[in-house]
Amino acid sequence: MKRLAKWRLISIFAILSLILSGCGEPFLSTLRPAGEVADIQYDLMKLSTWIMVGVIAVVMVIFFIVLFKFRRKDEKIPKQVEGSHKLEIIWTVVPILLLLILAVPTVAATFKLADVSPMDKEDSDALVINVRSNLYWWEFEYPDQGIVTGQDLVVPTDEKVYFNLISSDVKHSFWVPAAGGKLDTNTENVNKFWLEFDSAKAKEAGDLFYGKCAELCGPSHALMDFKVKTVSRADFDSWVADMKDVKEPAKADTALAQQGQEIFNKSCISCHAVTPGNTTPPEARFAPNLTNFGERSRIAGVLDHNEDELKNWLRTPEKYKPGNLMTDKYPQLSEEQLDALTAYLMGLKVEE
Amino acid sequence: MSTYAQKKGFGATLWDFLTTVDHKKIAILYLIAGGFFFVIGGLEAVFIRIQLAVPNNDFVSAGLFNEIITMHGTTMIFLAAMPLVFAFMNAVMPLQIGARDVAFPFVNALGFWLFFFGGVFLNLSWFFDGAPDAGWTSYASLAMASKGHGVDFYVLGLQISGLGTLIGGINFLVTIINMRAPGMTYMRMPLFTWTTFVTSALILFAFPPLTVGLVLMLFDRMFGSNFFVTTMGGNTVIWEHLFWIFGHPEVYILILPAFGIFSEIMPMFSRKRLFGYSSMVFATVLIGFLGFMVWAHHMFTTGLGPVANAIFAVATMAIAVPTGIKIFNWLLTMWGGSVKFTTPMHYAIAFIPSFVAGGVTGVMLAVAAADYQYHDTYFVVAHFHYVIVGGVVFALLAGTHLYWPKMFGTMLNETLGKITFWLFFIGFHMTFFIQHFLGLWGMPRRVFTYLPGQGFETSNLISSLGAVFMSLAVLVLLYNIIMTSVKNVRVGNDPWGDGRTLEWSLPSPPPFYNFKQLPLVRGLDAYWLEKMEGKKGMTPAEPLGDIHMPNSSFLPFMMSFGLFVAAFGALFNMDDKAWSIPVLILGLLITFGSMFIRSVKDDHGFHIHKEELMDDEDKGVKA
Repeated sequence: MKRLAKWRLISIFAILSLILSGCGEPFLSTLRPAGEVADIQYDLMKLSTWIMVGVIAVVMVIFFIVLFKFRRKDEKIPKQVEGSHKLEIIWTVVPILLLLILAVPTVAATFKLADVSPMDKEDSDALVINVRSNLYWWEFEYPDQGIVTGQDLVVPTDEKVYFNLISSDVKHSFWVPAAGGKLDTNTENVNKFWLEFDSAKAKEAGDLFYGKCAELCGPSHALMDFKVKTVSRADFDSWVADMKDVKEPAKADTALAQQGQEIFNKSCISCHAVTPGNTTPPEARFAPNLTNFGERSRIAGVLDHNEDELKNWLRTPEKYKPGNLMTDKYPQLSEEQLDALTAYLMGLKVEE
Repeated sequence: MSTYAQKKGFGATLWDFLTTVDHKKIAILYLIAGGFFFVIGGLEAVFIRIQLAVPNNDFVSAGLFNEIITMHGTTMIFLAAMPLVFAFMNAVMPLQIGARDVAFPFVNALGFWLFFFGGVFLNLSWFFDGAPDAGWTSYASLAMASKGHGVDFYVLGLQISGLGTLIGGINFLVTIINMRAPGMTYMRMPLFTWTTFVTSALILFAFPPLTVGLVLMLFDRMFGSNFFVTTMGGNTVIWEHLFWIFGHPEVYILILPAFGIFSEIMPMFSRKRLFGYSSMVFATVLIGFLGFMVWAHHMFTTGLGPVANAIFAVATMAIAVPTGIKIFNWLLTMWGGSVKFTTPMHYAIAFIPSFVAGGVTGVMLAVAAADYQYHDTYFVVAHFHYVIVGGVVFALLAGTHLYWPKMFGTMLNETLGKITFWLFFIGFHMTFFIQHFLGLWGMPRRVFTYLPGQGFETSNLISSLGAVFMSLAVLVLLYNIIMTSVKNVRVGNDPWGDGRTLEWSLPSPPPFYNFKQLPLVRGLDAYWLEKMEGKKGMTPAEPLGDIHMPNSSFLPFMMSFGLFVAAFGALFNMDDKAWSIPVLILGLLITFGSMFIRSVKDDHGFHIHKEELMDDEDKGVKA
């Protein structure tokens, strides 16, 4: 009996995992909603799917009856029917009613998701993040906190986070599937929306959500990924404090890293900042801010975060992100220089 | 004109096709050219699926991949689906309304050659430093940033071929309004003619916005204007509006004729008149009208705001109503009928569930707030392939089998046709069904690769395997066409035996003047009515008389060729090539010179005399 229960449990888990795998990865899938926005959208998906499944069922029943019952068996000419007002009224009115059932929550949700009024309120404590998309990398600026970071977006869980979106070059689109739908980063105007990250769901996703560019933007469109690190409000505050503590470029601690810093200051710093303060205007921020590079989850948004990949990237960025703007902007690096630079960059950390 | 029956050499046949103004031959030209571009677009699709079969694949490079997807979309929409639709409109519509040709045969030829040279020009971009790479939508910020001449080829090529489409559409409108046979009232027109009519109206209103958008982009790229340059006060969202004000009606331009073809097939092979004919007509017109009211649903994530998004969401949902009416009318047409499972009928039957699947995802996409999740993902890719392949391509394949005897006088092999169908049907669902889920799982569209570990691997592989089946289907079809043409077994007027409309009352293929005497139309399904009363053919509406026919002309070819030459001059003028201006001038001279000749040279056509027609009758109907 006990054994049977155990088997039952296993089979339930097996079915569950099968269903869940049909829903995609928890850090990426729209079918594993991890916040209020994604939840609203998931509910709408379910509602529309159920209505549509109903429609399909009706069509398929008629369809299969036709398929099997009315095959040509003899050369008799069937009765020529002109139509039926009654039937035609039914299949005009019923769909209208179904669509009304769908339209009302659609309109309500559309307005709810567009409500960014707390952003504009004076002395509101809503967290606002300016997202600036660039050819194959993302910049995240926290205007009220006065810090800039890139590629890894850090957000507190269980509260609404408001976004200002704009692009520096061509149109991109900012999308964190598990947390909610996308919004384009236009070149001419700021788009605003909000997302919310649920702490329990974030935990399932390993506190790291995948973000994507969803608008064709050039060769490396497919590789314009970013990550969203979710932390509690307290951890977020301490992260902000740590970031703000970096007023001057951090001094490298080992000899090798110091050598790397020299190379960095000669070849890289004109594009890459290593302080989080946003004293330079957005147009002059040509490349991701590297203040906390050592704590990032990926290199260039797509490569594993380790020294080998970093060296690979520095050797031939074109190979890993075709069309990126870093290629040929700095002199060829020798293996020794790469070692030094890698040591320096990997040491760029703000949290202790 | 007895030349019709003579065996001609290759050179003479070629010259005949280059100069023809006969709608039936122009239809064949459209079919060949559209089929050719369909194969090219299909090859591009195969390359896409090979590249995406496994993660981190390097079958093609990132930049090349973007060129392939751009050309796949552009080719399939503008150079394959549209001309193939035009092929059937040309082949069938004048016959269906009992006309001897379209209203402006010369313009009809011009329309074809403009499309053809525009398409060739666009595809030649492969051989001149790269094809366009900004997507078939060519969104302005990316298109303006695109290096090389790809986007210039796109702009100029589409401008030329779009011109051809526009005048083709106008021609059909005039034809249907003016040239219906006696008794062929609007409400007796076959559904395919009705959809041709509404489609042509859509072309008339939808192509000008595209033309405007393309001109603006042309000016930006060639002459340094700033319509789409944000830093100079330009606005790229304007392009999105212009493109989709064209682009949304465009998909109805494709699907309505598909509806038309299926509305012919289902009554034919069910031996039952179309259920709810007048509501079908009404639904067609309504879909055409609403098609212009919903373009912004392609831009839900552009940031137009909740008011615009909500309005366009509800408007989009409304389109589901007339489309649903059509689906149920089709089902009820077959209900109680005597359904024969011919190859065209296979496609028609498969179309219903396939298109309903595409339609319901369309309604899901209309839910603006949820669309923020679907937009620009593989869900959308799945959706529009379900409507365009499951709707338009199914209709084109069905139409190919259905009208092949009417166009060429010989039947495609039914067994091979059914093999084509099953391969295509299985491959289609295998390729695209799984893509819905890929999109929902977070895979954006237009990605040249994807990293492992995101749960995309298996599904992409399945999708790519499906493409194998579709490719095989096309190969079987090509084999079928070759074998059929070699065997060339001639068929009579009504080879399917179930013809209902006027085209089946004529020999296959019809004589070049179509109707010796214009037929008297006594109701919907005119030919069927006569058959049911035991008559062999249509009752003539006029006594036998002289028939006025247009002369062939090489000028449409030359006019289009001139623009093709001029486009090269305009394009390479951007590189300050010394030869570009002379080439531009030469091209325009050819075009305007041809137009001048057309204007000053009187061409009254010729008459087929009554006596010649009587000779025909004595010899019996030509097979």
